[in-house]
Amino acid sequence: MLTKRIIPCLDIKNGRTVKGVNFINLRDAGDPVALAKQYALQGADELVFLDISATLESRKTTREMVKKVAREIDIPFTVGGGVTSIEDASLLLRSGADKIAVNSAAVKRPELVRELSQHYGNQCIVVAIDAKKTDQNWNVFLAGGTVPTDLNLFDWAKKVETMGAGEILFTSMNHDGVKTGFANDALAQLSEAVNIPIIASGGAGAIQHFETVFKEGKADAALAASLFHFGQISVRDLKVELQKKQINIRL
Amino acid sequence: MKVTILDYGAGNIQSVQFALGRLGVEAKLSSQKEEILASDKIIFPGVGQAHQAMKQLKSKGLDRLIPQLKQDVLGICLGMQLLCKATEEGDTLGMGVFDVNVRRFDDNVKVPHMGWNCIENLKSKLFLGLKSPTYMYSVHSYYASICDETIATSEYDITFSSALQKENFYGVQFHPEKSSRDGAQILDNFLNL
Repeated sequence: MLTKRIIPCLDIKNGRTVKGVNFINLRDAGDPVALAKQYALQGADELVFLDISATLESRKTTREMVKKVAREIDIPFTVGGGVTSIEDASLLLRSGADKIAVNSAAVKRPELVRELSQHYGNQCIVVAIDAKKTDQNWNVFLAGGTVPTDLNLFDWAKKVETMGAGEILFTSMNHDGVKTGFANDALAQLSEAVNIPIIASGGAGAIQHFETVFKEGKADAALAASLFHFGQISVRDLKVELQKKQINIRL
Repeated sequence: MKVTILDYGAGNIQSVQFALGRLGVEAKLSSQKEEILASDKIIFPGVGQAHQAMKQLKSKGLDRLIPQLKQDVLGICLGMQLLCKATEEGDTLGMGVFDVNVRRFDDNVKVPHMGWNCIENLKSKLFLGLKSPTYMYSVHSYYASICDETIATSEYDITFSSALQKENFYGVQFHPEKSSRDGAQILDNFLNL
């Protein structure tokens, strides 16, 4: 049976991880390659690198990092952040990324999703969606959650599916950073709305949150950052616990 | 040992090269006939769209060369599918090494089939040293049915061929280069066939 995936997410700036990391046995916690290796050894199913750099120069540094990661780790990884064109995607894929994630640029120009999937196949196109619930309505936000749009989460998800997205990475802004669990209702609804895999993001704070995101939220994968970075829960322990809860997990 | 990875413009083939590098093997990327013929082992990767990939193979004459090869050939993902008779993806004729057709998963499951799934019923030296079932990473929307050449199976809605073999031709639907230690074992086994 296909297993549920656990995905640590690393924020990258100037080729270094930026969110605090508190790992035992890691000499350089800012080195994304060392961190990626550690997660792979712990049994992470995939990794996501989010480039939050603002300058072209620093994007170049990220590509160098992507090359090193590709050379050293043996699980799939996605790179996102600032991908606005086929050229951006091509540079990352040629550096060794397995998938690329697009977010704001796809909202601004939805054709981008089609172009990317026609060029590289939908298996490597992840559309990341940041959304916030206000008055019973889930609205899509841009630019790292700073710019609201009129787009409805579910409509947008259906649209990117028809445009060729291979997967959706949905971050609930209501839940992100709060550590009280994932947006399970919206996730379940999203799973009904589209027929491509959904990665749940935002809200992970405890092992039981992963259990419910798979059972109630029907997510195919769950992503978390600080929870793993600060060693609060190791990927290995999390997966062992989830297996005990009858969730299909690769150990 | 001379290992060549067929380079015909298919997506991320570097990851295969890196995986072999981790095994201490420096593989070359090539689409040159002479270079391919002079290799001991050939890896035929592929990500992307079947019709497009077949067109690129044809433009380099590789569609005729590949089925004639006498060395061990390992098709990965789309590479494996293109070694089959035909695929529903873009109604594309394959190279017909494997006597099986490639079909799309039904929509009663999420497509693409993406993530870590079991491979079992392992019947080849390719899987030496692996437990059955073993987890491998896959991402694909099309599958080869079960046939006489099936050497591993997986389940996703239906049971399909996650690996095929006929004489010196091997094909795997999953990505050994992205499947952690067990995936590396399969690549190592292929090199040691």
